[in-house]
Amino acid sequence: MSAELAVEATGLVKHFKDVKAVDGVDLRVPAGSVYGVLGPNGAGKTTAVRMLATLLRPDAGTARVLGHDIVDDADDVRFNVGLTGQFASVDEDLTGAENVTLLARMYGFSGSEARRRASALLAAFELSDAADKPVKSYSGGMRRRIDLAASLVMSPKVLFLDEPTTGLDPRSRNQVWDIVRLLVAEGTTVLLTTQYLEEADQLADRIAVIDHGKVIAEGTAPQLKSSVGTGSVHLRVADARQREDAAAVIERVIGDEVTRPNDPYALAARVPQGMEEQVAHLLPRLHEAGIAVPEFSLGQPSLDEVFLALTGKMPEPEDPENEDWDEEQTEQHTEEEAR
Amino acid sequence: MTTLDIGDNSALRQAIRVERRPKRPSALATTLTFTHRALLKIKHVPEQLMDATLTPVIFTLMFVYLFGGAIAGDPQTYVQFLLPGILVQSVLLITVYTGFTINTDISKGVFDRFRSLPIWRPAPIVGALLGDSVRYTIASTITIGLGLILGFRPEGGLVGVVLAVMLLLIFAFALSWIFTILGLLMRTPNAVMGVSMLILMPLTFASNIFVDPATMPSGLQTWAQDINPVSYLVTGVRGLMYGTASFGDIAWVLVVSAILTGVLAPITMRMYRNKT
Ligand SMILES: Nc1ncnc2c1ncn2[C@@H]1O[C@H](COP(=O)(O)OP(=O)(O)OP(=O)(O)O)[C@@H](O)[C@H]1O
Ligand SMILES: [Mg+2]
Repeated sequence: MSAELAVEATGLVKHFKDVKAVDGVDLRVPAGSVYGVLGPNGAGKTTAVRMLATLLRPDAGTARVLGHDIVDDADDVRFNVGLTGQFASVDEDLTGAENVTLLARMYGFSGSEARRRASALLAAFELSDAADKPVKSYSGGMRRRIDLAASLVMSPKVLFLDEPTTGLDPRSRNQVWDIVRLLVAEGTTVLLTTQYLEEADQLADRIAVIDHGKVIAEGTAPQLKSSVGTGSVHLRVADARQREDAAAVIERVIGDEVTRPNDPYALAARVPQGMEEQVAHLLPRLHEAGIAVPEFSLGQPSLDEVFLALTGKMPEPEDPENEDWDEEQTEQHTEEEAR
Repeated sequence: MTTLDIGDNSALRQAIRVERRPKRPSALATTLTFTHRALLKIKHVPEQLMDATLTPVIFTLMFVYLFGGAIAGDPQTYVQFLLPGILVQSVLLITVYTGFTINTDISKGVFDRFRSLPIWRPAPIVGALLGDSVRYTIASTITIGLGLILGFRPEGGLVGVVLAVMLLLIFAFALSWIFTILGLLMRTPNAVMGVSMLILMPLTFASNIFVDPATMPSGLQTWAQDINPVSYLVTGVRGLMYGTASFGDIAWVLVVSAILTGVLAPITMRMYRNKT
């Protein structure tokens, strides 16, 4: 990993009256990577991003973006970063093309260059058909895309995305993810905030978990997962009536609390430190007890388990589309990353 | 996990690369881009011109025919006195939209994007104010046109009328800074409208627009004749339209405009920079 840092923040603080929105945040974002800032509602994600994008002046602490100080060299920062805020910041009354053209003019493109730039960006974001319609007629996914297009007018070296997929359907969310991956492949550094563990897990090279304005954990997804415990066991029994028997066996063998997901066939358990050896005995014991187990997997804890362990509360999945995240994550990212 | 076939998306690949980064635009060019934006908004939402077009018509007709007979004996005589004042009133009343528009931009998040651009900081506000002057010009044209139909005869001729409108635009620009401050300060666009109207009422009605302050009780007279800057403006505009303006009348208006801008513009910019 390159030692060069695109964003380096030290001790950032922003208080609103008595709300400590950001309360001493350090961030080190390697150039060319995707960095995820993960936190629940009100954690301070937006406030942190707005400071980094020079929209808010920190009460204390410093930050440099591409080496430029966010307070002293604000214009240099502005010239090199793009920001897509949590809420669309395009003009509803104007058309998509007008919005992007005006922005290009503000960056200094001439009239015809600006129009070319706008139509290239709109085409790239599959908005050509809607280019001459007012943005207020756009769907949520189209708004996100026009907002992203607007942030890319100047090919920013660093792009801040504040909750880029909140409220999007799975298809639009995947489009945004693809765009982020492509941007990074082309050399852009992306710092994105999200409430979705899956999103951070899928996109981010490194993740900072923040809560109440403080970074409570930082690392790669596998590192965060392994910081909570060695892993977890997930299994499904063939006969739902045997679930409790199976739970008893697990508790006896690995000696830890068993969790019972909504699925009446499923069981999960954390593997406590030092009990890894015992996991191997689970299947034979279940077999001896006459319990058929068609599915059995051993994996690292999912990020929601990480979150639970770090904050003592589960992040609520607001987006119904994302409700399946706890099942599909466990098997991914099992490869250890060397530190 | 969805994987992206990057070769598949060459349009996006190309679009995100800029071959040549342009030079930063000048303050003037950026300001004019924002003026252009204001004009595009008028084009897409022509309803917002309703106030600029209907208010002058209603006010002129109402005052000329409602009060003309009582105040001046007959409407004809009154329109000759009233028109320069009603022109000022019509234009100043629509300056409240400045604050309304800025507040709407802020609450919609559009200003956030502008503030994240490497541009001359006052450009979004100055550009919007210049865009507003188009509305003021439309309102002026309608008021004067209607006045001519009703029998108004400006002795100052075309030159006098044009100079009068220019003087009015300068003052309106200066006064608008009050409303930009309200736009930055208040929470909702409608609250901005309400407070702006409260400020404008004593400025326009307690003035020499409708009647000669000589007939007013002494406290009000002092305000309407000697303090209220709008009265100085009306005197200047009348003078230019009647062809009787003195250097002093005009100079006063320009000095007041300069003071308003000199004091309020830096306050506006400070608030705009520190807006959370
Ligand atoms: N302009 C403001 N004035 C007062 N308080 C604010 C302001 N902006 C944010 N806050 C408060 O600061 C805290 C952090 O807010 P912030 O918007 O940064 O959180 P967030 O992590 O982005 O949340 P969300 O996921 O809901 O977007 C919250 O308690 C919020 O109420
Ligand atoms: Mg937020």
